[in-house]
Amino acid sequence: MALTTVEREPGSFRSASPGLRLILFCILSITLMVLDHRNEHLVGVRKALAVTLYPVQLLVSAPFDIRRTVSESMATRSQLQEENLTLRQEVLIRSVRLQRMAALEAENARLRALLDSTEIVGDQILIAEIVSVDMNPFRNMLVINKGGSDGIYIGQALIDADGIVGQITRDRHYSAEAMLVTDVDHALPVELARNRLRTIAVGTGELDRLSLPFLPLNADVQIGDLLVSSGLGGTFPPGYPVGVVRDVRKVTGQPFLEIDAEPAAALNRIREVLLIKPGGRDPFADPDNIPETNKPATISAPPPADNTTAAGESG
Amino acid sequence: MTRRVRVWPVFVAFIAAIALEVVPLPGVLQPVRPPLPVMVLIYWAMMWPQRFGLGTAFVMGICLDILHGQLLGQNALALSVVTYLTLRFHLQIRIFPLWQLTMTVFALLTIEAFLQFMIEGLAGLEPFGFSRWSRVLSGALFWPLVLGIMDRLRTQVENRDPSFN
Repeated sequence: MALTTVEREPGSFRSASPGLRLILFCILSITLMVLDHRNEHLVGVRKALAVTLYPVQLLVSAPFDIRRTVSESMATRSQLQEENLTLRQEVLIRSVRLQRMAALEAENARLRALLDSTEIVGDQILIAEIVSVDMNPFRNMLVINKGGSDGIYIGQALIDADGIVGQITRDRHYSAEAMLVTDVDHALPVELARNRLRTIAVGTGELDRLSLPFLPLNADVQIGDLLVSSGLGGTFPPGYPVGVVRDVRKVTGQPFLEIDAEPAAALNRIREVLLIKPGGRDPFADPDNIPETNKPATISAPPPADNTTAAGESG
Repeated sequence: MTRRVRVWPVFVAFIAAIALEVVPLPGVLQPVRPPLPVMVLIYWAMMWPQRFGLGTAFVMGICLDILHGQLLGQNALALSVVTYLTLRFHLQIRIFPLWQLTMTVFALLTIEAFLQFMIEGLAGLEPFGFSRWSRVLSGALFWPLVLGIMDRLRTQVENRDPSFN
């Protein structure tokens, strides 16, 4: 072991003085950090390096992808039948809801027209998958398999079937880094669905908890209240669920309530996310014609979305 | 001794260490993921200081920064400092008995973690969480294993040299 090694290689140890080299590298890395700190000056460099390192990520996530594929293709017939059954039921329930939704949308559009208020435009949607790599353990971040080459931009909102997941923070060209709503650096303008009380939901660093630190003691908040995005700030489109209030505490001597909320999206179980691009063609409703039986919304996905399976005919 | 040495197995070890750093682990295990890139780097800086030094540390740090989505240069700085210390004392720590070597590695890992802690604090990134320190501990516990694997790799690399030149 270590004991047996005598200086094998002759020659000088680092002819250039290592102290000098250390100082050089320290200055270099400090310069990099200063330039990178506000995420402005080194975007191109980061992107180039990230593209170079993309193979490492693919290498790491390959076994997980393979396992997923294998387990999907090895599913037994009864499992598939069972899953099919649940999915059918879910589609049925959802399409029934969607019928009502379309009628409401139409009514809403009519009322808005009466009020001379601006029309609500729908959002464009692109589906991306989560790449199985771990990011910085102290942050709630993830990597998705779509990037700038697919039309993704920084600040774009991510949702899943249940609610808002986060937003894109760095573009890696073929992939992208996203920050979850529960990250300590993340804040998101929300409103209570019940009384439209506006506030800000701040991440806590825990995947199952959001905090609402800015509501006064007399605010009308109850456990179980649904938080939806308010659309203020412009990053997130309005009206998507964010979380549910789980705990409201009054701390004596504090001017604000301490409120915990649970994110609506299952942040530790997501595999696929939808990327929203506000202001495209409305994918969810077509106010002109009340839909025939159960035709779900045609999701207007840009061509590269190879795995869009959301729009389909249900029996 | 030979001038031209096959170093690619060592680079494979470096890449493997980096890859293992981002392999998804269940949440419970994440705080005890050993900081393999630092450990592998310490080993090679200690055993082969002519070949692996500050340059390797810097490049590796940049790779980790990108993969972790951290500040560019954060890991690079911490790894450079740790590698410098290793290089500085490599003749001493190389002949330490295992437990003493493990203690040294523990100290080096602590320095690395502390540097990162300070950098994140200075950058206003709310450095929190005990997993930073639990990783140091787990790194020290895993050190004998890493040492064994790397020793085997090194004997192979070195034995192979002459015949290939």
